[in-house]
Amino acid sequence: MSHQSSAIKITGLTHTYGTREVLKNVNLSIDKGEVFALIGPTGAGKTTLLRIIDLLETPTSGELYFDGRPIPQSGRQRLEIRRRISFIHQKPQFFDSSVYDNVACGLRWRGGKENAISNKVRTILETVGLNGYDNRDARTLSGGEAQRVALARALVLEPEVLLLDEPTANLDPVSVKKIERVIRSIARQRSTTMIMATHDMSQGQQLADRIGVLVEGTLVQTGNAADVFRSPQTEDVAHFVGMENMIDGTIAVNNDGIAAVNIGSGPDITIQAVSRHPAGTRVCACVRPEDITLAPVTHRSSARNSFQGRVTTVASSGPLSRVEADCGFPLVALITRLSAEELGLEEGISVVADFKATAVHIIERSTDQ
Amino acid sequence: MTEIWQGLIRAVHMLISFDAEVVEISLRTLSIAGTSSLLAALISLPIGTLIHFRQFRGKRALINIIQTLYFLPTVIVGLFVFVLFSRAGPLGELGILFTPQVMIVGQMVLITPIMLGMTISALSGVRKELLETATSLGASGFQLGLLVLREARYAVLAALILGFGRALSELGVAMMVGGNIDGYTRMMTGAIWLATQRGDLELAMSLGIILLFLALMISIVLNRLQQRRTQ
Repeated sequence: MSHQSSAIKITGLTHTYGTREVLKNVNLSIDKGEVFALIGPTGAGKTTLLRIIDLLETPTSGELYFDGRPIPQSGRQRLEIRRRISFIHQKPQFFDSSVYDNVACGLRWRGGKENAISNKVRTILETVGLNGYDNRDARTLSGGEAQRVALARALVLEPEVLLLDEPTANLDPVSVKKIERVIRSIARQRSTTMIMATHDMSQGQQLADRIGVLVEGTLVQTGNAADVFRSPQTEDVAHFVGMENMIDGTIAVNNDGIAAVNIGSGPDITIQAVSRHPAGTRVCACVRPEDITLAPVTHRSSARNSFQGRVTTVASSGPLSRVEADCGFPLVALITRLSAEELGLEEGISVVADFKATAVHIIERSTDQ
Repeated sequence: MTEIWQGLIRAVHMLISFDAEVVEISLRTLSIAGTSSLLAALISLPIGTLIHFRQFRGKRALINIIQTLYFLPTVIVGLFVFVLFSRAGPLGELGILFTPQVMIVGQMVLITPIMLGMTISALSGVRKELLETATSLGASGFQLGLLVLREARYAVLAALILGFGRALSELGVAMMVGGNIDGYTRMMTGAIWLATQRGDLELAMSLGIILLFLALMISIVLNRLQQRRTQ
Protein backbone atom coordinates (compact mmCIF):
# COMPACT_ATOMS: atom_id res chain seq x y z
CA MET A 1 0.00 0.00 0.00
CA SER A 2 1.53 3.31 -1.03
CA HIS A 3 1.74 6.28 1.29
CA GLN A 4 -0.42 8.26 -1.11
CA SER A 5 -3.54 6.22 -0.52
CA SER A 6 -3.30 5.90 3.24
CA ALA A 7 -4.82 8.53 5.49
CA ILE A 8 -3.09 7.16 8.55
CA LYS A 9 -0.10 4.87 8.64
CA ILE A 10 1.46 3.51 11.79
CA THR A 11 4.69 1.52 11.89
CA GLY A 12 6.30 -0.25 14.83
CA LEU A 13 4.40 1.85 17.35
CA THR A 14 5.00 1.09 21.02
CA HIS A 15 3.71 3.11 23.93
CA THR A 16 4.41 2.75 27.63
CA TYR A 17 2.93 4.36 30.72
CA GLY A 18 5.65 4.07 33.31
CA THR A 19 6.69 0.45 33.02
CA ARG A 20 3.43 -0.78 31.53
CA GLU A 21 3.42 -1.39 27.78
CA VAL A 22 -0.04 -0.37 26.58
CA LEU A 23 0.71 -0.71 22.87
CA LYS A 24 3.17 -3.22 21.46
CA ASN A 25 4.63 -2.89 17.98
CA VAL A 26 1.42 -1.82 16.26
CA ASN A 27 1.51 -1.67 12.46
CA LEU A 28 -1.55 -0.33 10.71
CA SER A 29 -2.44 1.46 7.52
CA ILE A 30 -5.82 3.02 6.98
CA ASP A 31 -6.95 4.10 3.52
CA LYS A 32 -8.60 7.39 2.76
CA GLY A 33 -12.35 7.06 3.07
CA GLU A 34 -12.09 3.76 4.89
CA VAL A 35 -14.18 3.02 7.97
CA PHE A 36 -12.01 1.04 10.35
CA ALA A 37 -13.23 -0.47 13.59
CA LEU A 38 -10.78 -1.09 16.37
CA ILE A 39 -12.29 -3.73 18.58
CA GLY A 40 -11.04 -5.30 21.73
CA PRO A 41 -11.88 -5.67 25.39
CA THR A 42 -11.70 -2.72 27.79
CA GLY A 43 -8.11 -1.84 28.61
CA ALA A 44 -6.71 -3.23 25.37
CA GLY A 45 -5.18 0.11 24.39
CA LYS A 46 -7.82 1.33 21.92
CA THR A 47 -8.20 4.76 23.49
CA THR A 48 -4.43 5.23 23.74
CA LEU A 49 -4.05 4.41 20.04
CA LEU A 50 -6.73 6.97 19.13
CA ARG A 51 -5.11 9.58 21.39
CA ILE A 52 -1.79 9.03 19.64
CA ILE A 53 -3.42 9.39 16.21
CA ASP A 54 -5.03 12.66 17.41
CA LEU A 55 -1.55 13.86 18.49
CA LEU A 56 -2.68 14.17 22.10
CA GLU A 57 0.15 11.84 23.03
CA THR A 58 3.53 11.13 21.50
CA PRO A 59 4.29 7.43 21.18
CA THR A 60 7.28 6.08 23.09
CA SER A 61 8.64 4.67 19.82
CA GLY A 62 7.48 4.05 16.29
CA GLU A 63 6.31 6.22 13.42
CA LEU A 64 3.02 7.85 12.63
CA TYR A 65 2.22 9.21 9.16
CA PHE A 66 -0.67 11.48 8.35
CA ASP A 67 -1.61 11.77 4.68
CA GLY A 68 1.68 10.14 3.71
CA ARG A 69 3.88 12.49 5.72
CA PRO A 70 5.55 11.88 9.09
CA ILE A 71 4.20 13.95 11.98
CA PRO A 72 6.26 17.11 12.46
CA GLN A 73 7.71 18.24 15.78
CA SER A 74 6.69 21.88 15.82
CA GLY A 75 3.56 22.74 17.77
CA ARG A 76 2.21 24.97 15.00
CA GLN A 77 2.44 22.21 12.40
CA ARG A 78 0.97 19.65 14.76
CA LEU A 79 -1.96 22.01 15.33
CA GLU A 80 -2.48 22.24 11.56
CA ILE A 81 -2.71 18.45 11.36
CA ARG A 82 -4.89 18.17 14.45
CA ARG A 83 -7.30 20.59 12.80
CA ARG A 84 -7.84 18.08 10.00
CA ILE A 85 -8.82 15.39 12.53
CA SER A 86 -11.78 15.25 14.89
CA PHE A 87 -11.93 13.06 17.95
CA ILE A 88 -15.10 12.10 19.75
CA HIS A 89 -14.11 11.08 23.24
CA GLN A 90 -15.90 8.30 25.06
CA LYS A 91 -17.32 10.60 27.73
CA PRO A 92 -18.03 13.84 25.91
CA GLN A 93 -17.09 16.99 27.81
CA PHE A 94 -18.94 20.22 27.22
CA PHE A 95 -17.96 23.82 27.64
CA ASP A 96 -19.99 25.88 30.07
CA SER A 97 -22.15 27.42 27.33
CA SER A 98 -25.04 26.69 25.00
CA VAL A 99 -25.30 23.79 22.55
CA TYR A 100 -24.82 26.29 19.73
CA ASP A 101 -21.57 27.68 21.20
CA ASN A 102 -20.28 24.20 21.91
CA VAL A 103 -20.79 23.18 18.29
CA ALA A 104 -19.48 26.49 16.93
CA CYS A 105 -16.27 26.68 18.99
CA GLY A 106 -14.10 24.54 16.69
CA LEU A 107 -15.08 26.67 13.69
CA ARG A 108 -14.40 29.88 15.61
CA TRP A 109 -10.95 28.65 16.60
CA ARG A 110 -10.21 28.07 12.93
CA GLY A 111 -11.36 31.58 12.15
CA GLY A 112 -14.39 32.29 10.03
CA LYS A 113 -17.34 34.59 9.54
CA GLU A 114 -20.05 34.20 12.18
CA ASN A 115 -22.60 34.04 9.33
CA ALA A 116 -21.02 31.01 7.72
CA ILE A 117 -20.48 29.41 11.14
CA SER A 118 -24.12 29.90 12.02
CA ASN A 119 -25.28 28.20 8.82
CA LYS A 120 -22.98 25.25 9.33
CA VAL A 121 -23.98 24.80 12.97
CA ARG A 122 -27.70 24.80 12.16
CA THR A 123 -27.25 22.36 9.30
CA ILE A 124 -25.26 19.91 11.41
CA LEU A 125 -27.69 20.13 14.35
CA GLU A 126 -30.41 19.15 11.90
CA THR A 127 -28.30 16.24 10.63
CA VAL A 128 -28.01 14.79 14.12
CA GLY A 129 -31.68 15.49 14.83
CA LEU A 130 -31.19 18.27 17.37
CA ASN A 131 -32.64 21.32 15.66
CA GLY A 132 -34.09 23.72 18.18
CA TYR A 133 -31.48 22.79 20.78
CA ASP A 134 -29.30 25.86 20.02
CA ASN A 135 -29.84 27.69 23.28
CA ARG A 136 -29.97 24.70 25.60
CA ASP A 137 -27.26 24.47 28.23
CA ALA A 138 -24.95 21.80 26.86
CA ARG A 139 -24.29 20.43 30.34
CA THR A 140 -27.90 19.55 31.06
CA LEU A 141 -28.45 17.18 28.13
CA SER A 142 -29.33 13.50 28.43
CA GLY A 143 -26.68 10.92 27.52
CA GLY A 144 -28.01 10.32 24.02
CA GLU A 145 -28.45 14.03 23.27
CA ALA A 146 -25.00 14.81 24.65
CA GLN A 147 -23.37 12.19 22.43
CA ARG A 148 -25.17 13.63 19.40
CA VAL A 149 -23.97 17.15 20.25
CA ALA A 150 -20.45 15.72 20.53
CA LEU A 151 -20.93 14.13 17.11
CA ALA A 152 -22.23 17.42 15.66
CA ARG A 153 -19.32 19.33 17.22
CA ALA A 154 -16.83 17.03 15.50
CA LEU A 155 -18.66 16.71 12.17
CA VAL A 156 -19.23 20.45 11.69
CA LEU A 157 -15.46 20.76 11.23
CA GLU A 158 -15.68 18.47 8.19
CA PRO A 159 -12.61 16.51 9.29
CA GLU A 160 -10.61 14.36 6.91
CA VAL A 161 -10.24 11.79 9.66
CA LEU A 162 -12.84 11.17 12.34
CA LEU A 163 -11.85 9.26 15.46
CA LEU A 164 -14.61 7.80 17.60
CA ASP A 165 -13.99 6.26 21.00
CA GLU A 166 -16.87 3.99 21.99
CA PRO A 167 -19.44 6.40 20.52
CA THR A 168 -22.41 4.44 21.82
CA ALA A 169 -21.15 3.13 25.16
CA ASN A 170 -23.67 3.45 27.99
CA LEU A 171 -26.47 4.66 25.72
CA ASP A 172 -30.02 3.38 25.40
CA PRO A 173 -30.80 1.28 22.29
CA VAL A 174 -32.78 4.08 20.59
CA SER A 175 -29.88 6.54 20.95
CA VAL A 176 -27.46 3.89 19.72
CA LYS A 177 -29.53 3.44 16.56
CA LYS A 178 -29.67 7.20 15.94
CA ILE A 179 -25.93 7.61 16.32
CA GLU A 180 -25.13 4.60 14.17
CA ARG A 181 -27.42 6.04 11.48
CA VAL A 182 -25.55 9.36 11.48
CA ILE A 183 -22.16 7.64 11.36
CA ARG A 184 -23.29 5.47 8.46
CA SER A 185 -24.68 8.39 6.46
CA ILE A 186 -21.56 10.50 7.02
CA ALA A 187 -19.35 7.62 5.91
CA ARG A 188 -21.42 7.26 2.76
CA GLN A 189 -21.86 10.95 1.86
CA ARG A 190 -18.58 12.56 2.81
CA SER A 191 -16.13 9.69 2.40
CA THR A 192 -14.59 10.68 5.73
CA THR A 193 -11.92 8.32 6.99
CA MET A 194 -13.14 6.91 10.28
CA ILE A 195 -11.44 4.99 13.02
CA MET A 196 -13.86 3.76 15.61
CA ALA A 197 -12.96 2.03 18.84
CA THR A 198 -15.65 -0.25 20.14
CA HIS A 199 -15.97 -3.28 22.34
CA ASP A 200 -19.18 -4.13 20.53
CA MET A 201 -18.30 -6.71 17.89
CA SER A 202 -21.59 -6.40 16.07
CA GLN A 203 -21.31 -2.62 15.82
CA GLY A 204 -17.88 -3.01 14.26
CA GLN A 205 -19.29 -5.55 11.87
CA GLN A 206 -22.19 -3.33 10.82
CA LEU A 207 -20.35 -0.05 10.36
CA ALA A 208 -16.82 -0.87 9.34
CA ASP A 209 -15.14 -1.83 6.09
CA ARG A 210 -12.33 -3.44 8.02
CA ILE A 211 -11.77 -4.53 11.59
CA GLY A 212 -8.67 -4.68 13.73
CA VAL A 213 -8.65 -6.66 16.95
CA LEU A 214 -6.53 -5.21 19.72
CA VAL A 215 -5.80 -7.47 22.68
CA GLU A 216 -3.50 -6.34 25.48
CA GLY A 217 -1.79 -3.75 23.31
CA THR A 218 -1.17 -6.03 20.36
CA LEU A 219 -3.03 -5.75 17.09
CA VAL A 220 -3.64 -9.48 16.74
CA GLN A 221 -5.71 -9.54 13.57
CA THR A 222 -6.96 -7.17 10.89
CA GLY A 223 -9.28 -8.01 8.05
CA ASN A 224 -12.80 -7.56 6.80
CA ALA A 225 -15.52 -8.15 9.32
CA ALA A 226 -16.61 -11.56 8.02
CA ASP A 227 -13.04 -12.88 8.12
CA VAL A 228 -12.42 -11.78 11.66
CA PHE A 229 -15.81 -13.01 12.76
CA ARG A 230 -15.62 -16.41 11.05
CA SER A 231 -11.90 -17.12 11.09
CA PRO A 232 -10.19 -15.62 14.12
CA GLN A 233 -6.45 -16.25 14.03
CA THR A 234 -5.81 -16.55 17.73
CA GLU A 235 -7.67 -17.84 20.74
CA ASP A 236 -7.89 -14.30 22.13
CA VAL A 237 -9.65 -13.07 19.02
CA ALA A 238 -11.86 -16.16 18.91
CA HIS A 239 -12.90 -15.55 22.45
CA PHE A 240 -13.62 -11.91 21.76
CA VAL A 241 -15.71 -12.48 18.64
CA GLY A 242 -18.06 -14.82 20.49
CA MET A 243 -16.60 -18.28 19.91
CA GLU A 244 -17.97 -19.61 23.15
CA ASN A 245 -17.00 -23.19 22.49
CA MET A 246 -13.25 -23.50 22.35
CA ILE A 247 -12.15 -27.09 22.70
CA ASP A 248 -8.48 -28.04 22.94
CA GLY A 249 -7.31 -31.11 21.06
CA THR A 250 -4.85 -32.65 18.64
CA ILE A 251 -5.42 -33.50 14.98
CA ALA A 252 -5.43 -37.28 14.66
CA VAL A 253 -5.78 -37.57 10.89
CA ASN A 254 -6.38 -35.21 8.02
CA ASN A 255 -8.12 -36.59 4.94
CA ASP A 256 -8.22 -34.09 2.11
CA GLY A 257 -8.95 -31.12 4.34
CA ILE A 258 -11.33 -32.87 6.70
CA ALA A 259 -9.50 -33.25 9.98
CA ALA A 260 -10.43 -35.44 12.91
CA VAL A 261 -9.60 -33.65 16.15
CA ASN A 262 -9.05 -35.79 19.21
CA ILE A 263 -10.12 -33.74 22.15
CA GLY A 264 -8.45 -33.84 25.50
CA SER A 265 -11.13 -35.44 27.60
CA GLY A 266 -10.82 -38.93 26.02
CA PRO A 267 -9.53 -40.76 22.97
CA ASP A 268 -13.01 -41.72 21.91
CA ILE A 269 -14.27 -38.18 21.36
CA THR A 270 -13.45 -36.77 17.93
CA ILE A 271 -14.59 -33.60 16.24
CA GLN A 272 -14.64 -33.38 12.46
CA ALA A 273 -13.47 -30.07 11.10
CA VAL A 274 -12.48 -28.41 7.86
CA SER A 275 -8.78 -27.72 8.28
CA ARG A 276 -5.46 -27.81 6.45
CA HIS A 277 -3.40 -28.58 9.55
CA PRO A 278 -1.55 -31.91 9.44
CA ALA A 279 -1.94 -34.76 11.94
CA GLY A 280 -0.24 -34.13 15.26
CA THR A 281 -0.97 -30.38 15.36
CA ARG A 282 -2.16 -29.13 18.71
CA VAL A 283 -5.24 -27.08 17.96
CA CYS A 284 -8.22 -25.34 19.42
CA ALA A 285 -11.56 -26.23 17.81
CA CYS A 286 -13.93 -23.28 17.94
CA VAL A 287 -17.68 -23.50 17.42
CA ARG A 288 -20.15 -20.64 17.64
CA PRO A 289 -23.05 -21.46 19.95
CA GLU A 290 -25.54 -20.37 17.27
CA ASP A 291 -24.11 -22.98 14.87
CA ILE A 292 -25.10 -25.84 17.16
CA THR A 293 -28.53 -27.43 16.83
CA LEU A 294 -30.14 -29.47 19.56
CA ALA A 295 -32.50 -32.37 18.94
CA PRO A 296 -34.20 -35.14 20.93
CA VAL A 297 -32.08 -38.30 21.39
CA THR A 298 -34.30 -40.23 18.93
CA HIS A 299 -33.25 -37.87 16.13
CA ARG A 300 -30.97 -39.26 13.40
CA SER A 301 -28.43 -36.69 12.38
CA SER A 302 -26.75 -36.05 9.05
CA ALA A 303 -24.20 -33.68 10.60
CA ARG A 304 -20.61 -34.86 10.81
CA ASN A 305 -20.49 -33.96 14.47
CA SER A 306 -23.21 -35.37 16.66
CA PHE A 307 -22.85 -35.78 20.40
CA GLN A 308 -25.28 -37.00 22.98
CA GLY A 309 -25.23 -35.14 26.25
CA ARG A 310 -27.12 -33.97 29.28
CA VAL A 311 -28.41 -30.44 29.71
CA THR A 312 -26.79 -28.68 32.65
CA THR A 313 -28.35 -25.20 32.44
CA VAL A 314 -30.94 -23.37 30.37
CA ALA A 315 -30.99 -19.58 30.48
CA SER A 316 -33.42 -17.55 28.40
CA SER A 317 -33.07 -13.91 27.50
CA GLY A 318 -35.43 -12.34 25.00
CA PRO A 319 -36.18 -14.63 22.06
CA LEU A 320 -33.09 -16.80 22.60
CA SER A 321 -32.14 -19.56 25.01
CA ARG A 322 -28.60 -20.38 25.97
CA VAL A 323 -28.24 -24.06 26.69
CA GLU A 324 -25.21 -25.67 28.28
CA ALA A 325 -24.80 -29.38 27.91
CA ASP A 326 -22.24 -31.94 29.06
CA CYS A 327 -21.35 -34.15 26.11
CA GLY A 328 -18.21 -35.55 27.70
CA PHE A 329 -16.97 -32.02 27.18
CA PRO A 330 -18.93 -28.84 27.85
CA LEU A 331 -20.86 -27.40 24.91
CA VAL A 332 -22.88 -24.18 24.71
CA ALA A 333 -25.70 -23.81 22.20
CA LEU A 334 -27.81 -20.80 21.37
CA ILE A 335 -31.28 -21.73 20.10
CA THR A 336 -34.60 -19.96 19.87
CA ARG A 337 -36.67 -19.91 22.99
CA LEU A 338 -39.49 -21.53 21.02
CA SER A 339 -37.45 -24.57 20.07
CA ALA A 340 -36.10 -24.85 23.61
CA GLU A 341 -39.70 -25.04 24.81
CA GLU A 342 -40.66 -27.54 22.10
CA LEU A 343 -37.77 -29.78 23.10
CA GLY A 344 -38.81 -29.41 26.74
CA LEU A 345 -35.25 -28.54 27.63
CA GLU A 346 -34.43 -28.39 31.30
CA GLU A 347 -31.64 -29.49 33.54
CA GLY A 348 -30.95 -33.23 33.32
CA ILE A 349 -32.67 -33.86 29.97
CA SER A 350 -30.69 -35.79 27.38
CA VAL A 351 -30.22 -34.20 23.96
CA VAL A 352 -28.20 -34.58 20.79
CA ALA A 353 -26.02 -31.66 19.79
CA ASP A 354 -25.18 -31.41 16.08
CA PHE A 355 -22.87 -29.17 14.14
CA LYS A 356 -21.31 -29.28 10.69
CA ALA A 357 -17.63 -29.76 10.02
CA THR A 358 -17.68 -26.36 8.28
CA ALA A 359 -18.94 -24.74 11.48
CA VAL A 360 -15.74 -25.69 13.26
CA HIS A 361 -12.92 -23.18 13.05
CA ILE A 362 -9.48 -24.55 13.84
CA ILE A 363 -6.79 -22.39 15.44
CA GLU A 364 -3.29 -23.74 15.82
CA ARG A 365 -2.21 -23.40 19.42
CA SER A 366 1.09 -21.78 20.11
CA THR A 367 3.61 -24.27 21.47
CA ASP A 368 4.19 -22.53 24.77
CA GLN A 369 0.61 -23.08 25.88
CA MET B 1 -22.61 57.58 74.38
CA THR B 2 -24.70 60.53 73.18
CA GLU B 3 -21.58 61.90 71.50
CA ILE B 4 -21.17 58.75 69.43
CA TRP B 5 -24.85 58.76 68.60
CA GLN B 6 -24.76 62.39 67.47
CA GLY B 7 -21.60 61.69 65.51
CA LEU B 8 -23.37 58.86 63.71
CA ILE B 9 -26.36 61.03 62.87
CA ARG B 10 -24.13 63.78 61.51
CA ALA B 11 -22.12 61.20 59.59
CA VAL B 12 -25.29 60.00 57.85
CA HIS B 13 -26.10 63.63 57.11
CA MET B 14 -22.69 64.10 55.52
CA LEU B 15 -23.32 61.08 53.36
CA ILE B 16 -26.78 62.17 52.26
CA SER B 17 -25.63 65.70 51.47
CA PHE B 18 -22.64 64.42 49.43
CA ASP B 19 -20.12 66.26 51.62
CA ALA B 20 -17.30 67.45 49.32
CA GLU B 21 -14.47 66.02 51.43
CA VAL B 22 -16.15 62.62 51.82
CA VAL B 23 -16.87 62.37 48.08
CA GLU B 24 -13.36 63.46 47.16
CA ILE B 25 -11.64 60.95 49.45
CA SER B 26 -13.96 58.15 48.39
CA LEU B 27 -13.39 58.74 44.68
CA ARG B 28 -9.62 58.94 45.16
CA THR B 29 -9.64 55.71 47.12
CA LEU B 30 -11.67 53.94 44.45
CA SER B 31 -9.47 55.22 41.66
CA ILE B 32 -6.18 54.26 43.32
CA ALA B 33 -7.39 50.85 44.49
CA GLY B 34 -9.17 50.32 41.16
CA THR B 35 -6.04 51.15 39.15
CA SER B 36 -3.80 48.91 41.22
CA SER B 37 -6.35 46.09 40.98
CA LEU B 38 -6.66 46.48 37.21
CA LEU B 39 -2.89 46.42 36.75
CA ALA B 40 -2.48 43.49 39.15
CA ALA B 41 -5.21 41.62 37.21
CA LEU B 42 -3.43 42.31 33.90
CA ILE B 43 -0.34 40.67 35.39
CA SER B 44 -2.10 37.85 37.23
CA LEU B 45 -4.38 36.51 34.48
CA PRO B 46 -1.76 35.76 31.79
CA ILE B 47 0.95 34.70 34.24
CA GLY B 48 -1.49 32.58 36.23
CA THR B 49 -2.66 30.89 33.04
CA LEU B 50 0.91 30.28 31.97
CA ILE B 51 1.87 28.78 35.35
CA HIS B 52 -1.25 26.60 35.22
CA PHE B 53 -0.38 25.10 31.82
CA ARG B 54 3.39 24.86 32.02
CA GLN B 55 5.08 22.00 33.80
CA PHE B 56 8.43 23.02 35.26
CA ARG B 57 10.68 22.20 38.16
CA GLY B 58 9.78 24.05 41.32
CA LYS B 59 6.21 24.75 40.21
CA ARG B 60 4.79 23.43 43.47
CA ALA B 61 7.29 25.52 45.47
CA LEU B 62 6.46 28.64 43.44
CA ILE B 63 2.75 28.21 44.15
CA ASN B 64 3.54 27.72 47.84
CA ILE B 65 5.52 30.96 47.90
CA ILE B 66 2.72 32.84 46.12
CA GLN B 67 0.20 31.51 48.63
CA THR B 68 2.43 32.48 51.56
CA LEU B 69 2.45 36.05 50.24
CA TYR B 70 -1.34 36.22 50.73
CA PHE B 71 -0.55 36.98 54.37
CA LEU B 72 2.05 39.63 53.69
CA PRO B 73 1.59 42.39 56.32
CA THR B 74 0.83 45.72 54.68
CA VAL B 75 3.56 47.48 56.70
CA ILE B 76 6.15 45.05 55.33
CA VAL B 77 5.08 45.94 51.78
CA GLY B 78 5.13 49.60 52.83
CA LEU B 79 8.65 49.26 54.15
CA PHE B 80 9.86 47.36 51.07
CA VAL B 81 8.39 49.88 48.61
CA PHE B 82 9.58 52.78 50.75
CA VAL B 83 13.16 51.51 50.67
CA LEU B 84 12.90 50.85 46.96
CA PHE B 85 11.69 54.34 46.09
CA SER B 86 13.36 56.43 48.81
CA ARG B 87 15.93 58.90 47.54
CA ALA B 88 18.86 56.58 48.30
CA GLY B 89 16.99 53.49 47.04
CA PRO B 90 17.48 51.75 43.68
CA LEU B 91 14.42 53.47 42.18
CA GLY B 92 14.89 56.72 44.10
CA GLU B 93 15.71 58.64 40.94
CA LEU B 94 12.12 58.36 39.79
CA GLY B 95 11.19 60.66 42.64
CA ILE B 96 7.69 59.29 43.02
CA LEU B 97 7.69 58.60 46.76
CA PHE B 98 4.56 60.08 48.40
CA THR B 99 2.59 60.12 45.15
CA PRO B 100 -0.50 58.12 44.10
CA GLN B 101 1.71 56.31 41.54
CA VAL B 102 3.91 54.74 44.20
CA MET B 103 0.80 53.84 46.21
CA ILE B 104 -0.46 51.94 43.18
CA VAL B 105 2.87 50.12 42.93
CA GLY B 106 2.71 49.23 46.62
CA GLN B 107 -0.85 47.96 46.40
CA MET B 108 0.06 45.89 43.35
CA VAL B 109 2.86 44.23 45.34
CA LEU B 110 0.31 43.56 48.07
CA ILE B 111 -2.52 42.10 45.99
CA THR B 112 -0.84 40.47 42.98
CA PRO B 113 0.01 37.31 44.99
CA ILE B 114 -3.65 36.98 46.01
CA MET B 115 -4.96 37.45 42.49
CA LEU B 116 -2.25 35.24 40.98
CA GLY B 117 -2.51 32.41 43.48
CA MET B 118 -6.27 32.33 43.46
CA THR B 119 -6.36 32.48 39.66
CA ILE B 120 -4.10 29.44 39.52
CA SER B 121 -6.31 27.49 41.89
CA ALA B 122 -9.42 28.67 40.01
CA LEU B 123 -7.99 27.31 36.75
CA SER B 124 -7.01 23.99 38.30
CA GLY B 125 -10.73 23.49 38.94
CA VAL B 126 -11.31 23.12 35.19
CA ARG B 127 -11.27 19.46 34.21
CA LYS B 128 -8.33 18.17 32.22
CA GLU B 129 -10.67 16.23 29.94
CA LEU B 130 -12.39 19.46 28.95
CA LEU B 131 -9.11 21.00 27.86
CA GLU B 132 -8.25 17.86 25.91
CA THR B 133 -11.59 18.12 24.16
CA ALA B 134 -10.72 21.69 23.18
CA THR B 135 -7.30 20.56 21.96
CA SER B 136 -8.95 17.85 19.87
CA LEU B 137 -11.31 20.42 18.41
CA GLY B 138 -8.31 22.42 17.23
CA ALA B 139 -7.75 25.09 19.87
CA SER B 140 -4.29 26.68 19.81
CA GLY B 141 -2.37 27.24 23.03
CA PHE B 142 -3.59 30.82 23.25
CA GLN B 143 -7.20 29.82 22.55
CA LEU B 144 -6.88 27.14 25.22
CA GLY B 145 -5.76 29.82 27.69
CA LEU B 146 -8.77 32.00 26.90
CA LEU B 147 -11.05 28.98 27.18
CA VAL B 148 -9.77 27.94 30.60
CA LEU B 149 -10.22 31.50 31.91
CA ARG B 150 -13.72 31.56 30.48
CA GLU B 151 -14.62 28.18 31.99
CA ALA B 152 -13.36 29.30 35.41
CA ARG B 153 -14.72 32.84 35.01
CA TYR B 154 -16.67 32.97 38.28
CA ALA B 155 -13.79 31.75 40.38
CA VAL B 156 -11.34 34.00 38.54
CA LEU B 157 -13.57 37.02 39.04
CA ALA B 158 -13.80 36.17 42.73
CA ALA B 159 -9.98 36.18 42.88
CA LEU B 160 -9.86 39.65 41.31
CA ILE B 161 -12.55 41.07 43.57
CA LEU B 162 -10.83 39.73 46.67
CA GLY B 163 -7.63 41.51 45.60
CA PHE B 164 -9.56 44.74 45.04
CA GLY B 165 -11.09 44.43 48.50
CA ARG B 166 -7.66 44.09 50.06
CA ALA B 167 -6.36 47.17 48.20
CA LEU B 168 -9.41 49.16 49.30
CA SER B 169 -9.08 48.33 52.97
CA GLU B 170 -5.33 48.42 53.55
CA LEU B 171 -3.68 51.20 55.55
CA GLY B 172 0.03 50.39 55.82
CA VAL B 173 1.08 50.96 52.20
CA ALA B 174 -1.04 54.08 51.78
CA MET B 175 0.42 55.68 54.90
CA MET B 176 4.05 54.64 54.53
CA VAL B 177 4.63 55.35 50.83
CA GLY B 178 1.67 57.67 50.14
CA GLY B 179 2.23 59.82 53.19
CA ASN B 180 -1.47 60.48 53.80
CA ILE B 181 -1.19 63.90 52.13
CA ASP B 182 -4.44 65.86 52.25
CA GLY B 183 -6.05 66.22 48.84
CA TYR B 184 -3.35 64.13 47.14
CA THR B 185 -2.63 60.71 48.60
CA ARG B 186 -5.12 60.50 51.43
CA MET B 187 -7.29 57.37 51.18
CA MET B 188 -10.33 56.44 53.25
CA THR B 189 -8.43 54.29 55.72
CA GLY B 190 -5.83 57.02 56.26
CA ALA B 191 -8.53 59.69 56.58
CA ILE B 192 -10.40 57.60 59.16
CA TRP B 193 -7.19 57.16 61.15
CA LEU B 194 -6.38 60.88 61.06
CA ALA B 195 -9.94 62.08 61.76
CA THR B 196 -10.14 59.74 64.75
CA GLN B 197 -6.82 61.11 66.05
CA ARG B 198 -8.16 64.64 65.71
CA GLY B 199 -11.47 63.77 67.33
CA ASP B 200 -13.45 64.45 64.13
CA LEU B 201 -15.66 61.41 64.70
CA GLU B 202 -18.35 62.52 62.19
CA LEU B 203 -15.92 62.37 59.26
CA ALA B 204 -14.32 59.16 60.55
CA MET B 205 -17.68 57.47 60.92
CA SER B 206 -19.12 58.60 57.62
CA LEU B 207 -16.03 57.30 55.80
CA GLY B 208 -16.23 54.14 57.90
CA ILE B 209 -19.82 53.61 56.81
CA ILE B 210 -18.87 53.98 53.14
CA LEU B 211 -15.98 51.56 53.55
CA LEU B 212 -18.23 49.01 55.27
CA PHE B 213 -20.85 49.53 52.58
CA LEU B 214 -18.25 48.82 49.87
CA ALA B 215 -17.14 45.73 51.79
CA LEU B 216 -20.75 44.60 51.94
CA MET B 217 -21.16 45.07 48.18
CA ILE B 218 -17.99 43.09 47.51
CA SER B 219 -19.13 40.34 49.81
CA ILE B 220 -22.53 40.15 48.09
CA VAL B 221 -20.91 39.96 44.65
CA LEU B 222 -18.50 37.27 45.89
CA ASN B 223 -21.37 35.27 47.32
CA ARG B 224 -23.25 35.47 44.04
CA LEU B 225 -20.18 34.26 42.18
CA GLN B 226 -19.72 31.35 44.58
CA GLN B 227 -23.31 30.32 43.97
CA ARG B 228 -22.82 30.44 40.18
CA ARG B 229 -19.81 28.19 40.54
CA THR B 230 -21.62 25.52 42.48
CA GLN B 231 -24.66 25.50 40.20
